[in-house]
Amino acid sequence: METANSEPKTNYLNADYGIKSWLLTTDHKRIALLYLISITLFFFLGGFFAMLIRLELLTPAGDLVLADTYNKLFTMHGVVMIFLFLLPAVPAVFGNFLVPMMIGAKDLAFPKLNLASWYIFIIGACFILYAVVTGGLDTGWTFYTPYSTTYSNSNVVAAALGVFITGFSSIFTGLNILVTVHRMRAPGLTWRRLPLFIWAHYATSVIMVLGTPVLAITIVLVALERLFHFGIFDARMGGDPLLFQHLFWFYSHPAVYIMILPAMGVISEIIACFSRKRVFGYDFVAMSSIAIAVLGFLVWAHHMYVAGISTYAAMIFSMLTFFVAIPSAVKVFNWTATLYKGSITFETPMLYVFAFIGLFTIGGLTGVFLASVGIDLHVTDTYFVVAHFHYVMVGGTVTAFMGALHFWWPKITGKMYPESFAKLSAVLVFLGFNLTFFPQFLLGYMGMPRRYHAYPAEFQVLNVLSTAGASILAVGFLLPMVYFVWSLQYGKDAGPNPYNAAGLEWQTASPPTTFNFEETPVVTWEAYNYDEIDAPNKGVEVAG
Amino acid sequence: MWSNLPLFPARASSMAGHVDALYFALVAITAFFTILISALILFFALRFRKSRSPQATQIHGSTALELLWTGIPLGIVMIIFVWSSVIFFMQTRPPKGAMEVYAVGKQWMWKFQHTEGQREINQLHVPVGRDVRMIMTSQDVIHDFYVPAFRIKADVLPGRYTSTWFHATVPGRYHLFCAEYCGTQHSGMVGEVVVMEAGDYDRWASGAVDGSLASAGEKSFQQYGCSMCHRADAAGRGPNLVGVFGRPVLLDDGRTVTADESYVRESILNPGAKIASGFKNIMPTFEGQLSEEEVIGLVAYVKALGDGSANLPLPVNEPNSGTYPVAPKAEGSAAKSDKTATPPAKTVPAKPAARQ
Repeated sequence: METANSEPKTNYLNADYGIKSWLLTTDHKRIALLYLISITLFFFLGGFFAMLIRLELLTPAGDLVLADTYNKLFTMHGVVMIFLFLLPAVPAVFGNFLVPMMIGAKDLAFPKLNLASWYIFIIGACFILYAVVTGGLDTGWTFYTPYSTTYSNSNVVAAALGVFITGFSSIFTGLNILVTVHRMRAPGLTWRRLPLFIWAHYATSVIMVLGTPVLAITIVLVALERLFHFGIFDARMGGDPLLFQHLFWFYSHPAVYIMILPAMGVISEIIACFSRKRVFGYDFVAMSSIAIAVLGFLVWAHHMYVAGISTYAAMIFSMLTFFVAIPSAVKVFNWTATLYKGSITFETPMLYVFAFIGLFTIGGLTGVFLASVGIDLHVTDTYFVVAHFHYVMVGGTVTAFMGALHFWWPKITGKMYPESFAKLSAVLVFLGFNLTFFPQFLLGYMGMPRRYHAYPAEFQVLNVLSTAGASILAVGFLLPMVYFVWSLQYGKDAGPNPYNAAGLEWQTASPPTTFNFEETPVVTWEAYNYDEIDAPNKGVEVAG
Repeated sequence: MWSNLPLFPARASSMAGHVDALYFALVAITAFFTILISALILFFALRFRKSRSPQATQIHGSTALELLWTGIPLGIVMIIFVWSSVIFFMQTRPPKGAMEVYAVGKQWMWKFQHTEGQREINQLHVPVGRDVRMIMTSQDVIHDFYVPAFRIKADVLPGRYTSTWFHATVPGRYHLFCAEYCGTQHSGMVGEVVVMEAGDYDRWASGAVDGSLASAGEKSFQQYGCSMCHRADAAGRGPNLVGVFGRPVLLDDGRTVTADESYVRESILNPGAKIASGFKNIMPTFEGQLSEEEVIGLVAYVKALGDGSANLPLPVNEPNSGTYPVAPKAEGSAAKSDKTATPPAKTVPAKPAARQ
């Protein structure tokens, strides 16, 4: 095992130089960084669209941009944020970087496939960007038919092709993680000793591999109808527009869990570290990930209560949707209980964990409103839904992503971020987020429909609040860009394990060498063995 | 300031109270759990901060607690499930005897047709205190009929009828929104529902119109030659439509369907889909020949035949028996108009419909 004083001079970052050494790398850590840089760019692109949306909605009249432009803005915001940021955010960056290190492996099972997945992702992204610059896309990220296949005058096929292609990168990442977890665990690292991050990624990967092909098929059918007028979804050609919605949500609902499950894995790691405790109810937290992955496939039609499905179908999907709430609640309760009798410190990642639990609780409970068919009839397709999924996607996934970025930044770069600026930005994100999205719950119940370029004057005050919040949120996200880059040069050296954390990834150098471990570790302890690490006067293998 | 900041929608239908009650219950549950979790986090974070709790006490878990916080939420959501399903049943089951209004959504306007014959665009007049059932279809993409003050919403699809209903309780003017994204002017596809006192509504409804929706449908029924086969006597090659609507129909494959709006619509536009027992699949499709408004007129007419409020026209002798009667060419250029009560004849060239 490494100790702080024997940092090797070479690591994965400086083992090789030149652009070629990055573009042809098969090192999972370098590929994770390629992903991190790409998705960060897309995050700010999507955020730029969001700011224009919020500026347009400052006033009730549609006066900043044209109606068509507005429709393209919210479509591109959704497409970029979901397909180019949220879906790969945690699994392709942190999953890629950490899964091999957490299980004591040298790399993922298929390093070349891993590199291919990044190239495929970039090719898909190019198609989407091509659609943006050649007239944009105005179907909404949901591509509902027959609007997308027959009526839209925008660049549907290029964008759809882009989404189709990025899907394969998702499948490859999922496949790689599944095989790696099955085949490459270090000796002694049994399933029940795995970090919960690994369990969450395992469940996510199952969804990626099983769900994504359905999206691919659906997109091919949309393209066939749009290009060659096959009557699949358009009623006038004998098709059924609801068929599209069933196929689309069969993937896109589980896709929500692709975005949130890995984030939950992040939360388990961080909360254990800064409470100095094993995660409460390890087995239940691990199994709830699997339960969410399985149940997630059975609830797609809750997006369609008002779409024209039968009363009984809606009720069955409503009931199944309520079941999904349970494993999510179990996680929240277990994280909270983890704090009990801990020894808690308040580093930035921990602040993001607190934010995550609070925001995800609201996001999850408002999901219960939407699961209730009787209420969904009123609030679906309104800002209530917009607020709900932003509480889950931004309040949940992005918050966990920020927590992960701070937590593992020393491992990735070998440098510490500046703590006080990081705390400031965490607070800004939390306040800005709530000011942006909480008013939207009220707007939604009052009846403001989503995707409206202009709106009745009585909705203005809440929209102004929301736009004000969005500008605070923007500062909260831009600030870390500055100090993370700053820290690369001026940050304190982190040492292998700055938080004295459990987990194999902390037993290597920071940054790690190309093959992670000089010798394959042998695991003789349970996950989150903070009792052993913190035991006074007890020799522990982990450097401190 | 607060007069400019309404935080709650108007409550103007019999459904609104039910939906709001469940909503407030859920708000209470959400507030309870959010405050519970936040308070616990805050308390633990302060009580067990490192300076007060230098050494963590390891606790692996508690099956009893796990069962507790699995069981209690499960119980709560199942109660919500039953409660919300009861509301949903009320929302999706229109009471018998509701007055009916037909709606056609198109990019980017709402067209309404009352059975008395009134037609409106982006405005819907209804009486207070009566059940109103909306029967809706779209001429192009998917739209959604949403009246927040009534707490109802239903997608409006091309190629089929969907329906919803409401019972307005307070006279006034309420927002009508299209809630399913439908293209450029989606946010302009708005209108208002005008809820009137019964007397005012009757006066409004008896305003100058050329005839009821069913009588407009009757004209189409003759104009398109439907009356040649769907006759009152036994000589008709199609089923006699008197008394059919709302009753079960035996099909030639042995199934039984109820003759509702969707069935009548399908039988006009895709006649081969469900053949009534004892008849041949000889009717040509009228897909592309009838506007949605004309189909609605025909549906209303068949419905009127069903309850005896209309009669079949007298049988006409066919001049060219042996071939299928074709829709006559429209006289003149009766352009499609949304305000006139006469159903506009579409200027489609009559296709020689071959006998199938």
